[in-house]
Amino acid sequence: MFFRVWALIIKEMQTLWQDKRTRFVLIVSPIIQLLIFSNAATLAVDHIRIGVFNRDNGKLGYEYIERVVGSSYFNQIFFVKKQSDIKPLIDEQKVYGVIVIDPQFSKDILAGKSGQIQLLMDGRQANATQIISGYISDISQDFSKNMAEKYHRKLQSSTVIVRHQFNPNLEFKWFTIPSILGTLLALTGIIVTALAVAREREMGTFDQLLVSPLSMSNILLGKTIPALLVGLVQGTLMFLCSIFIFHVPFTGSLGLFYLAMIIYLLAVIGIGLFISSLVKTQQQAILGAFLFMVPAVSTSGFATSVQNMPVWLQDASLINPIRYFLVIVRGLYLKNAPFLDLLPYLTALAVIAIVTLVTATWFFRRRM
Amino acid sequence: MIMSRLARQRLSALIVKESLQMIRDPSSILIAFVLPIILLIIFGLGLSLDTTAVKVAIVVEDSTTPITQNLLQSFYDSSYIDVIKKTQTMQAAEPLLVAGKVNAIVDIPSYFASRNKVAKKDANKQAELFVKTDGSDPNLANFSANYIKAIWQLWLKQEALVEKRWVTPIVNILPRYWYNEELKSRNFIFPSSFALILIIIGALLTALVVAREWERGTMEALFATPIRLSELIIGKLLPYFILGLGTIVICTMMAIFVFNVPFRGSFFALFIISAVYMLSSLSLGLLISTITKDQFIASQMTTIIAFLPSLLLSGFIFEISSMPAWLQALTYIIPARYFVTCIKTVFMVGDIWPLLLPNIFCISLITVGLLGITAIKTQKRLM
Repeated sequence: MFFRVWALIIKEMQTLWQDKRTRFVLIVSPIIQLLIFSNAATLAVDHIRIGVFNRDNGKLGYEYIERVVGSSYFNQIFFVKKQSDIKPLIDEQKVYGVIVIDPQFSKDILAGKSGQIQLLMDGRQANATQIISGYISDISQDFSKNMAEKYHRKLQSSTVIVRHQFNPNLEFKWFTIPSILGTLLALTGIIVTALAVAREREMGTFDQLLVSPLSMSNILLGKTIPALLVGLVQGTLMFLCSIFIFHVPFTGSLGLFYLAMIIYLLAVIGIGLFISSLVKTQQQAILGAFLFMVPAVSTSGFATSVQNMPVWLQDASLINPIRYFLVIVRGLYLKNAPFLDLLPYLTALAVIAIVTLVTATWFFRRRM
Repeated sequence: MIMSRLARQRLSALIVKESLQMIRDPSSILIAFVLPIILLIIFGLGLSLDTTAVKVAIVVEDSTTPITQNLLQSFYDSSYIDVIKKTQTMQAAEPLLVAGKVNAIVDIPSYFASRNKVAKKDANKQAELFVKTDGSDPNLANFSANYIKAIWQLWLKQEALVEKRWVTPIVNILPRYWYNEELKSRNFIFPSSFALILIIIGALLTALVVAREWERGTMEALFATPIRLSELIIGKLLPYFILGLGTIVICTMMAIFVFNVPFRGSFFALFIISAVYMLSSLSLGLLISTITKDQFIASQMTTIIAFLPSLLLSGFIFEISSMPAWLQALTYIIPARYFVTCIKTVFMVGDIWPLLLPNIFCISLITVGLLGITAIKTQKRLM
């Protein structure tokens, strides 16, 4: 029996490797996608364009603007001359927002009052503009310290000092690259199983397998193992890219990383086989894969955090393997996560793998 | 152009045939109606950048003084902060950060209260409140820090009222977010997701349907009829064009009435930009199917050159201006980029024609280019 399955695995690997198109889809395209997505999928706010409207005639408004200009946060600064210029600038998205310095700014500060600064931000880009507001408040804090020294003003009695653990400069790529690795692995697992089986069915070669002496579980094992191997090769390639090209630190245990990857791939392959057990044609398989991938990626924490979702959607995402794997890889890359922290996620993945593989086998048997 | 009676008949016959085919194929219905609604719900609710509550652990080294107790209470009272645990040492809190149970640790040092007693002139003697965020999720880390700072500022004001130790801040910032006062990310994510839905209907569905005709050889059969190339293209695309616009109507209704997204522009502007964008995604689907003539490759290509770029390179969630220059350059050939800018504006700001017109022009230009390539490819095939 083992020999038969082995023969099937060899045959599957040959089929995958012989087709130039499949080779491209499995090896080259993930690397290209990693390169593009890691640069695209960023919530970091760089290259900021901002407007400045100084209504203050005094020295301090000018000094404040000097600080804005001198800071490394902003790339392009538009100097606004009159109030009516602000609206078109924001409406047409020439800037993220405009800093308006109050006419009484210098006078107020010298008189011991608060200098007023109005920030007019574009709500269409609310996430970016909120982060920019944070930058401006940092600039103001520095400015205040400087003013306190110069004009002997009192400072607040306390202050907040922020440190970002695991990723001090908040490099967004350190966050996205492990996530892309997880997402692309899922895509591969689904394509290799769901689409390939559907194609065999359409061509009728799946029927030929069925009349061979192989049992159904043998056939599915023969489909699972090649997909697992392809996934591991792809995962290793992307891992090497992440370390040597993107310089993402990997602090955790490599053994744990591979263990998690194997369990995760089995879960995804299980889902792929499950989809292929339900569909008859390639088109349906494509749709099935799409119907799984889009919601799964959206609720995985890939782009937006799981904790921001409504509770029912968070609960629904408990059956989403991508979600668990992303927690594991982020933990292993940046946080040197200990085994015990990851155990619940690994267990969840294992449960998903077992359930989907068993159900898929059962469905295949019943439908034959 | 005055169409002859025959031409009109040919065209309408083809349109009727296409529409029937579309209605009778359950998978088309699935793509056209079920998928958009699932996507809308997932994108409308699942993709949220609004941090509802930051999970924190608080390290209180000395909780005996009233100052620390008040500060602690401010954190407990805030609906933006969810205090998961209170500990006495950093060592006890740190594993929670590693395990991802909290987004940040707030450390109130033992000297916080004593230094706080007197307002200081010297920045080096200010009482420090230390915040350690989980940088492994940079966006959440940013928001956690901002939320904690906001709580601290609120506490400062309360303290000042009680203790009469108010120090006038030197700079006072008043932020205002135009067009999105409640700072709901749904207001811009939801309309932007129309870009993806129209890509699915326009590009994916068309690519699959036309590729299937090539696969089965029925496309050649159509060529053998007296129908002209332009009529063929119109006949193929019109039913899907109408389907796409119908979906936009449903999506807009859902956005306005179910998800309460503000709609400040006009339906006319919405119609124009949707129609123009729909045309571009139909042309893309047509081109992909003409080149590939195979459903499997067509679906792969649609995903890679239509769906993913519309998701990642359109400014839908990720800011285009934050991307490296080479990638920004790439976004200019993606119609979704222009559409997302337009639809966000029509929903949240209004009909800003100086912004909309150049974007509409760019989409049209891309459409013309795509149709041109398709026409060349199809003609070659016939020769």
